[in-house]
Amino acid sequence: MSVLLYLVPTALGLGLIGLFGFMWSMRSGQYDDMEGAANRILNDDDLQDPQVRPAANDLTGP
Amino acid sequence: MTEQPAIPVQQPASAPVQLELVVEGISSAQAIAQIEQALIGIPDLVYARLNMTTRRLSTQWAHAGYNAAPLFAVLDRFGYRAVPFTTNQAEQEESARTKWLLRCLAVAGFATMNVMLLSVSVWSGNVTEISTETRDLFHWLSALIALPAAGFAGQPFFFNAIRAIRSGEMVMDVPISLGILLALGMSVYETAHHAEHAYFDSALMLLFFLLSGRVLDHVMRLKTRATAANLAALRAPLASRLGPDGSLSEVPADALVAGDVIVVAAGQRIAADGLVTQGQSAVDESFLTGETDRRAVQVGDQVYAGMLNGAGQLQVQVAAAGRQTLLSEIETLIDNAVNSKSRYVQVADRVARVYAPIVHVTAALTAIGWLIAGASLHDAIIIAIAVLIITCPCALALAAPTVQVVVAGALFRKGVLMRSGDVIERMADVDVIVFDKTGTLTLPDVSQPDFARLSDGDLRLAGRLAQSSHHPLARALRDYARRQCGPLAALDNVQELSGQGVCTHYQGMDLRLGSPAFCGLDEATPSGGQSLIAFARDGVVTVLPVEQVLRRDAVETIRQLQAASYRVLILSGDRAEAVEPVAGALGIAEWQAGIKPADKLACLNRMKAEGLTVLMIGDGVNDAPALAGAAVSMSPTTGADVTQAAADALFMGEGLGVVAQTLALCHKGRAVMRENFLLALVYNLVAVPLAIAGWVTPLIAAAAMSGSSVLVSVNALRARSAHRVVSVKQVKSDMGRSG
Repeated sequence: MSVLLYLVPTALGLGLIGLFGFMWSMRSGQYDDMEGAANRILNDDDLQDPQVRPAANDLTGP
Repeated sequence: MTEQPAIPVQQPASAPVQLELVVEGISSAQAIAQIEQALIGIPDLVYARLNMTTRRLSTQWAHAGYNAAPLFAVLDRFGYRAVPFTTNQAEQEESARTKWLLRCLAVAGFATMNVMLLSVSVWSGNVTEISTETRDLFHWLSALIALPAAGFAGQPFFFNAIRAIRSGEMVMDVPISLGILLALGMSVYETAHHAEHAYFDSALMLLFFLLSGRVLDHVMRLKTRATAANLAALRAPLASRLGPDGSLSEVPADALVAGDVIVVAAGQRIAADGLVTQGQSAVDESFLTGETDRRAVQVGDQVYAGMLNGAGQLQVQVAAAGRQTLLSEIETLIDNAVNSKSRYVQVADRVARVYAPIVHVTAALTAIGWLIAGASLHDAIIIAIAVLIITCPCALALAAPTVQVVVAGALFRKGVLMRSGDVIERMADVDVIVFDKTGTLTLPDVSQPDFARLSDGDLRLAGRLAQSSHHPLARALRDYARRQCGPLAALDNVQELSGQGVCTHYQGMDLRLGSPAFCGLDEATPSGGQSLIAFARDGVVTVLPVEQVLRRDAVETIRQLQAASYRVLILSGDRAEAVEPVAGALGIAEWQAGIKPADKLACLNRMKAEGLTVLMIGDGVNDAPALAGAAVSMSPTTGADVTQAAADALFMGEGLGVVAQTLALCHKGRAVMRENFLLALVYNLVAVPLAIAGWVTPLIAAAAMSGSSVLVSVNALRARSAHRVVSVKQVKSDMGRSG
């Protein structure tokens, strides 16, 4: 039963990490705009290399 | 994704200033990129982020002396209309509360999972060979997690329960709190005495399910509130400012400054605080004082932003305008809209009033019964507490709110804003639907009337007079006159006679604009079934025929409603000749024309006395009393302020189909709600005897509670869509027709 000594704290610890992760994500406003987040992922503005980045409105890609 | 500013941040020199904007017409990812990209480079703008969920753009400026004009220019260039906006107090509180509930839910969820992990081990250990020490260890570990978690996550219920007990009321939260506290208390006691069973998991699971219901409820309400606030911001704050040359122009209320003179038409909300400089009227100041009687105002009287003007036109010299006064108006509107407590929740509380004593008496009788049967005091109390835990009204508390959330969400997507949850129930009872004609069955923007019949001089005068009315026909005339003659000066001392027209004296002339009868004509005017608007200058009457366009799907919708055996009526203030063709085109046999507002209400009251439930749909100032008096009412968002304030639900768009869809969804919603209450009842009927018999172990409690809660929640999802208008009580409707 000594296995419990580390298994139980490990289980609890993992759960707590999840809980704090959720709390943090909520506090930092990540749930404020669910629709926007779903749409923003489609933006390519973060691609710095002009070779990689398709021209604006160019839906066919490079 | 982290909260990164969409625009490179320069270090603000002085304290940054926030500016929130509502943006109309955002629909795609491209719009986000487009707008945010285009905003880069605007001087003093340090941060801008568009929220697609709320359709708001939050911006931050380097210092208070910023110039927002370039920002509006950019938005304008892309065709988006934006309006400055201040998040109101109520919405902020609602938002904070939702976040708090979500935190409670997260804690309850975390704790439930971990305690369940331990509980399942104990349950499987109990049927194999777990040692007492190990079981005690697991129970203590459970207590270690459950007690602080329940103390945190149970706060919403505990606070409500304490408040209710203090004020001598009974709400669902009282038996809930009692059940949770007893479950925890008993579990600690049992654990200390090395017992086989502990109920930590039950208590936490109860909290988790109940909190889920509450979070859903709040998220939905927050969404409705935010949308209503956006709508209010987009449409409310326009004022008619009187220019130095005497012309009227529509300006945002925010742009008013002290000293401006504004003209307030009958039925309009006053846009700023100020003194009446001309005209007399009665104002509705119920939002300020709660007084429903109108206060008569005349020259020199003080009026405040948000007051509803009555029958007369007023000129007001602005004393205070802008955020302060406007804010109070919007807040009041939204609070009225969202805050009204749902009758169905009150029903749930009434259930609690009956339910709690029954449950508590049953628990007490169980304990006494077991004592008489020879059980030990300990066993009797444990079984009694098990009864209390198992009857904790989890499914019952979820039954109504889950359905309300689902139906409100479905309606929201169709463009219908419900003002309270109990609208569902009242909608479902409807058997008579009363439509107003102008602006409701027909489109608010009428097609071009034959204004060319007016001479130029008359057109100018009629246009000036029309500026004082909110009637759609008058607006059409006003717009036409403005196009033809340019800016128009306001007229003084204009009186609006509800349902008839507007009149005033100007340079010794008696000017009237309204129904032909109001202008002194006999009803026997020639017409081809058109609406008539007449203009009279000293008794010289010009009649202007107006063609009205039916709403896109009006015919189809009315047929649908009639097929579902709703009794459909038209009560219109318009002339019989104008109503008849519309009624004919729509296939409505019952219609009345030339009805005054008071008669509309009397008509509704007569139907109410016959035992009929009436849905009133209207948009005009003359409909407002009927909307308020009907069992349930709807208004298009193009309606007058006073009308929207009186309606239970608002619908957007040009179609009438949403009315049928709303009825269908509410019907389905109520049916599902009833099923849910039945399911909750059946659960209790099965579970309580088991608990009384002493067979309920934590395993059974967990299975039964989660099973019933999930069942009720999943069942609520069925209210999401209704494919056709459900038939109402045909018999009742027939009785109403013959009687």
